[in-house]
Amino acid sequence: MERAVRYLVSIAALWALWLALVGTLDPQEVVAGGVIAVLVTLVAGGAPFTGRSLRILAPKRLAWALAYIPYMVWAIVKANLDVARRVVDPRLPINPGIVRVKTRLKHPVARTALANSITLTPGTLSVDICGDELYIHWVDVQAKDIEEATREIVSGFERYLEVIFEDAA
Amino acid sequence: MAVNVVIGSVLVALGAAFLFLGALGIVRMPDLYNRMQAGTKATTLGNLLTLVGLGLIEPAWMLKLLLIALFVLMTNPISSHALARGAYRAGVPLTEGSVRDEYREALEEHGEEVPS
Amino acid sequence: MKTLLELALVLAAAAALLSVYRLIKGPEAFSRAVALDVLTLITMPMMAGLALWVRRSIYLDVALVYAVLSFLGVMALARYADRGV
Repeated sequence: MERAVRYLVSIAALWALWLALVGTLDPQEVVAGGVIAVLVTLVAGGAPFTGRSLRILAPKRLAWALAYIPYMVWAIVKANLDVARRVVDPRLPINPGIVRVKTRLKHPVARTALANSITLTPGTLSVDICGDELYIHWVDVQAKDIEEATREIVSGFERYLEVIFEDAA
Repeated sequence: MAVNVVIGSVLVALGAAFLFLGALGIVRMPDLYNRMQAGTKATTLGNLLTLVGLGLIEPAWMLKLLLIALFVLMTNPISSHALARGAYRAGVPLTEGSVRDEYREALEEHGEEVPS
Repeated sequence: MKTLLELALVLAAAAALLSVYRLIKGPEAFSRAVALDVLTLITMPMMAGLALWVRRSIYLDVALVYAVLSFLGVMALARYADRGV
């Protein structure tokens, strides 16, 4: 049963993506898209949508995921302005280094999302992830120890991602 | 003149400014990691702003432009991360003025070979 | 509004030139890869702008495929390096 749902969700998502890309509802395109969506799903075994990942459709998680978008956009814009300021400054005020931070997120997807969010925010770039520790290249190292670095870089994102992906929520 | 065209044009110009700043970043920054910071991130935002701006100017294309923007937004951090990790393990050094390198310490602790 | 778009075009072209400078200068293969990645991110919106200018949405598909290929190229290089070459 869960398998069937997973396959159907995958087919529907791929089909919708196809139709969005061709931009018409021409019967020919609709049929071709449907056939290809089924083929790809069969080949991939419904891979992108495991039963667990469908939990994100729960209302509370979805609401937090929606709230995460403006938060992320604001973080990206703010950090971009900061990096832009450093680039145009003739003295090039940077203070780079690689710091270690800890995350309390457990779920692999949550950790991936965290690493990607950190990378998308300019000024910080995830170099490696190893268990619950991430190594972050930071353009302007301010923190003196791991707790402070964690608070500065990770905590803001963690608050959202915890609710969106983790089991306990 | 239609409001959407005005806002769209402003977004396109803003986006192009970020593209320029990002490219300036990869020229000015002293090492690979800082170049990635300034370069790929600022240009990602520039890219998104420009695409959304063009979508506002031509609303019929908005959906497709948003899909392209979404693709960039999802793949860019992955390739940046892979590139940074690969470069570090291949021995590309941090710049002289770097204040700290806790990654090297951790790798050495695990007994992994760190090229320098 | 036309002036704004022309200004954007000039800025994007200048950005492309700057990244070509880094592409040529290096110094290591990874910096060239970063420059190429940035060049892609600059070229994509320029392609979208071209599509709008000549009113042909087919160029949007070109931009999308270009983005996909660039992503795969950078990933391939990174994986290659990660295996310790």
